[in-house]
Amino acid sequence: MESFKIAIVGAGPAGLSAAARASELDRKANLGSPGHVLLEGFGAHAKTIQRYQKGKHVMAEPGFLDLRSDVRFAAGSRERILEGWREDLARLRVNVRFNAEVTRISGARGAFTVHLGDGTSLLAENVVLAIGLEGNPRKLGCPGDELDVVQYQLDDPREYRDETIFVVGAGDSAIENALGLSEQNDVWIINRGKEFSRAKEGNLSAVLGAISDDRSRLGCHYESSIKQLRRADEAGPAWVAELQTPGGLVTVGCDRVIARLGAIPPRRFVESIGIEFPNDRADAIPGLSAEYESNVPGIYVIGALAGYPLIKQAINQGHDVVEFIHGNRIKPADHSLLEQRFLALPYEMDADTSIRQFQLRIPMFRQLNALAFRELIIESVMIAAYPAGALYDEARKRVRTAVDKLAASGRAPRVTRIIREGDTIYEPGDFGTSFYTIVDGEVTLEVPGSPSGAVTMVRGEFFGEMSLLSGRPRLERAVAGVACVVVETPRRTMVKLMSSNEEVREGIDWIFVVRELQRHFVPAAPFRELKDMAARVTSRKYKAGELVYAEGHKGECLFVVRSGGIALTRLRGDADAMVAQVRAGEVIGQMALMGDPMRRESATATVASELLEIRRPEFGELMRRKDAQLGPLQDSVSQMLVENARMQVRPEAGSVMSFLMDQGLGEATDVLVINEDLCVGCDNCEKACAETHDGVSRLDREAGATFAKVHIPIACRHCEQPHCMKDCPPNAIRRSETGEVYIDDTCIGCGNCESNCPYDVIKMVYEAPEKPGLLSWLFFGAGDGPGEQPGYKPTEAAKARGRKAVKCDACIGLAGGPACVRACPTGAALRLGPEQFIDLVEERKR
Amino acid sequence: MIHESLLKYRNARFLWQALALMVLSIGLYLTQGGVRVPSGGTWQGYILGTIGALLIVWLALLGVRKRAYASSLGTVQGWTSAHVYLGSALLLVATLHSAGQFGWNVHTFAYVLMCLVILSGFVGVYAYASIPQWISENHAGGNRPELFSELFALNRQLQLLAVKSEAAIQLAVTSSIERTAIGGDVAAQLFGRDRSRFIRSGTASSGSEAVLSGNEDQQQIIDFVAARLPRADKAAEVPNLHELVLFLCRRQSVLRRIRRDIRLRAWLQLWLYVHVPLSVALLVALVVHILTTFMYW
Ligand SMILES: Cc1cc2nc3c(=O)[nH]c(=O)nc-3n(C[C@H](O)[C@H](O)[C@H](O)COP(=O)(O)OP(=O)(O)OC[C@H]3O[C@@H](n4cnc5c(N)ncnc54)[C@H](O)[C@@H]3O)c2cc1C
Ligand code: HEM
Ligand code: SF4
Ligand code: SF4
Repeated sequence: MESFKIAIVGAGPAGLSAAARASELDRKANLGSPGHVLLEGFGAHAKTIQRYQKGKHVMAEPGFLDLRSDVRFAAGSRERILEGWREDLARLRVNVRFNAEVTRISGARGAFTVHLGDGTSLLAENVVLAIGLEGNPRKLGCPGDELDVVQYQLDDPREYRDETIFVVGAGDSAIENALGLSEQNDVWIINRGKEFSRAKEGNLSAVLGAISDDRSRLGCHYESSIKQLRRADEAGPAWVAELQTPGGLVTVGCDRVIARLGAIPPRRFVESIGIEFPNDRADAIPGLSAEYESNVPGIYVIGALAGYPLIKQAINQGHDVVEFIHGNRIKPADHSLLEQRFLALPYEMDADTSIRQFQLRIPMFRQLNALAFRELIIESVMIAAYPAGALYDEARKRVRTAVDKLAASGRAPRVTRIIREGDTIYEPGDFGTSFYTIVDGEVTLEVPGSPSGAVTMVRGEFFGEMSLLSGRPRLERAVAGVACVVVETPRRTMVKLMSSNEEVREGIDWIFVVRELQRHFVPAAPFRELKDMAARVTSRKYKAGELVYAEGHKGECLFVVRSGGIALTRLRGDADAMVAQVRAGEVIGQMALMGDPMRRESATATVASELLEIRRPEFGELMRRKDAQLGPLQDSVSQMLVENARMQVRPEAGSVMSFLMDQGLGEATDVLVINEDLCVGCDNCEKACAETHDGVSRLDREAGATFAKVHIPIACRHCEQPHCMKDCPPNAIRRSETGEVYIDDTCIGCGNCESNCPYDVIKMVYEAPEKPGLLSWLFFGAGDGPGEQPGYKPTEAAKARGRKAVKCDACIGLAGGPACVRACPTGAALRLGPEQFIDLVEERKR
Repeated sequence: MIHESLLKYRNARFLWQALALMVLSIGLYLTQGGVRVPSGGTWQGYILGTIGALLIVWLALLGVRKRAYASSLGTVQGWTSAHVYLGSALLLVATLHSAGQFGWNVHTFAYVLMCLVILSGFVGVYAYASIPQWISENHAGGNRPELFSELFALNRQLQLLAVKSEAAIQLAVTSSIERTAIGGDVAAQLFGRDRSRFIRSGTASSGSEAVLSGNEDQQQIIDFVAARLPRADKAAEVPNLHELVLFLCRRQSVLRRIRRDIRLRAWLQLWLYVHVPLSVALLVALVVHILTTFMYW
């Protein structure tokens, strides 16, 4: 059997770069035969990139990271990059094998057996897994699914004309493909179910509209599947499909079958090798050492599979991992970033020592593997406080010189933030969602209006978890104390960490619960006294529309809304009338524990929510404490009572409220609401949006739902926990301190956010061309006038830059606020925050 | 709702300012007297004229502000509210300035133009205050795209039903769908004229020629199908014809709402096509008026 020092599985950017390095090291060592092999399951290199749409502009984010590899990589078109890698493979004499899918790996370090799909196998001392996250597409699973007629992806629907095409699947990609193809072809969707239950709202209405529109060329076979595919014998379409339909078997001709059935995630395969994942979450990442080694000695994991979502990171890791395997203790490519993080801290230590020290000082992070902690520090910003005066000035100078030096090399580095002792880190009402850990000195948290006054936190403790978990603005003021050094970690990094590490998750959860208990019931109680009580409080997730408790039932607990939103409704006649909307941070169901055990209303989650459940024994225990605070709780009950009653006497207000909740406003922080009675349909709002945002409007006034003259157009709601942020590889979607969710210019155009936003707000567009000036339009009629040019033709340069995601940024940089609102001549358009929703349904006093 | 209409903007603050301006102008007018009769030529007349001219220029600047999308100089709603009230005050200011001295000259021409602009403005305010409500009542909670998708769904169902019917009915129903006219030129939009057609052909028993006949408001096709019902050749056809009539009536109702929507929106914009061009004409006339005044001085 052939045998190698390193077998690299997967020829994506990570695997290519690893193989290139291995080949270089082989060459330097003058090996007679290659000591490495690169195994790729696909017929060509980098399948994931091959599958990008034609001509896609590939971005080289993150800009602050240097490339370290034997293969080349710079931003450019997909074709150029793929061609460059093809040349590199040849130039560097990489020992690559295509169509060599690895199906199993057995053995141990020094003697792994790598089994391939064709039944052959080979030996390897070490294995580098670089198989990415894309997985393999699910097959049709019927006789004939291996024939040429079936394809699993669609580059450009305009390539096909006047064909009969079956699109199999009912998800968003199936719908989008079918809609695109049906412009020039006869298309049938083969849907196994009765409806399109997994589709986004926008796709759903588009596909149902097209299916029912007799002028469209799209149809759908519901509850149907393809039983068999074969070549046609007679004239007409080249292929024949046998369809199982509710009406029985039918045989129809077709030219093409496109299967969009999703992908099989690679996790099963990875686990079969013995690599462990920390939990069952879909986004879990295997635990790795600082050298990318997994829990199976000799098997290394890099690239997207290791949790690094960008090409440049994957390439750098490919280079480094091979060096590590060869025993070279090189500094990783991102070492300089680490050094920048520690710049101007009050310690005389090198970056490696600092990072080890830091990890020791923070109990919650001690169990993290070195790689994860390193990643956390690189993604974070250090904040160091100095006493005002010479020390402070000197530290700032050090930072500034370093920044200037780095800026000269064309990069904007992220360096330590120097502040003065006594400076505010954040204010109540700020929208930040980052998480802070104290490594040195102290920080005071001041809750306005709290009887307990300020709390001082010290080394190893952390704060900011409430906004991190619920997306709500900060409640307290954080002030830097004496000699404090704080790590500020962005939400995304924390979320990733929490889903891959139970200790961190539990640690943060625990402190969150304790602080919620303090806030609502016992503000002055010390932390440790609440510790085991917190352990008895359970947290539960609810799906949108799920019932939390029902009217008329006996209640044995109250709930603190941890994230999301809840609607309280009461039965009137035989319909539910909404009486209140409750948002994250508030308490519901407390009456059950305060004298009235019968639930007087039903509670339903309006959006995906998470609730803390506090049962009677724990509540009793809290209330028996000397420092228990009943007043605010009672006040909130009275207030809610009045609010509920007021809503109940006006059921029409309740129905508007439930309409708003159905539109997802339960998680909105800032939403465009149009009063139909005032709107004259002039679209000046859209024009203003386009004119102030590079010629592309980010709102669609006419679309969207209407109820009782309240119209919610398709426009961003700046969600408490923006869904769009979830899988953005370069972390390009951000939230400003004042709450606006916006996309910065590091967007790589992957389209994840477009599919993640449930409200269909994000568009992928080419830059719009310059327009003639307003005056030349006014006087000479040049161009289309203000607003987005309908169906504009992007310039070649814009096409080369590729499509980017655009969305509403609530006119973050514009003096005076959102242009759409200010451009409305009649006052029909307003942007409202959640506290104003109630005014939307209130009668005018006058 | 917490939305504020044009006229109520900020407790109608510009109404009060406009009233103040009007009181001031009347006061100024009344101080004229003595040797000379009130006219545009007294110093009071000059002040009134200057105020009027400045007002007109500023009123016209709304067109510029409306398109200065990044401007933070007030909101367009605020500007429009002020525009409406101060524009109305202009009627009094300019009338006092003219002091009732009218004739067949450029001065009176400018005055008449101004009155027309203001009049069209009144029409506009009325349109803005009432038509949107009619539009939203007409939608009954939906919006225009929804009306159209309802229409398409009905079309499809009708076609399925038609296939099951005898040839004449099938032809009539499909042709009525294909030849449904929606919208059209300006006049058709404003007055909702309906040029829909369908093909009326003889049935097996009567056997006459196929003719293209009018189908305004879809009434004729409904009548045509309904007329077939009692005369159906086969009893089995009756339920199908019943269904057809029902769906045709639903389609008629949706089409009515779509037409009404188109008509209302057309009226909502019509006045601006008078208001804006006349404003431009007025600006020109105003310049001529001022120049001639000073030339013959
Ligand atoms: C639409 C889209 C656009 C994107 N745009 C950008 C961008 O502009 N810039 C950017 O930096 N990142 C972008 N990304 C992310 C980027 O594609 C990934 O981060 C990157 O491809 C990860 O590289 P990888 O080598 O880890 O895995 P992959 O590139 O996924 O490579 C894995 C390889 O392993 C092979 N393989 C899998 N299983 C086996 C097996 N069992 N045996 C043998 N071979 C196997 C696969 O065929 C594949 O070739 C984008 C992603 C998407 C989906
Ligand atoms: C001589 C006086 C006036 C002039 C020169 C004038 C001019 C204008 C101009 C240029 C616009 C901008 C239209 C656009 O760009 O779309 C406008 C809009 C408008 N005018 Fe006037 N106007 C005058 C008087 C009035 C009066 C008296 C009223 C009402 C009582 C009025 C009501 C309106 C309204 C409601 C609009 C808003 C249209 C919109 O933005 O949608 N105008 N006017
Ligand atoms: S883009 Fe969508 S998911 Fe993101 S904040 Fe706006 S509405 Fe929410
Ligand atoms: S902003 Fe959207 S399209 Fe751009 S990189 Fe992030 S997720 Fe992808």
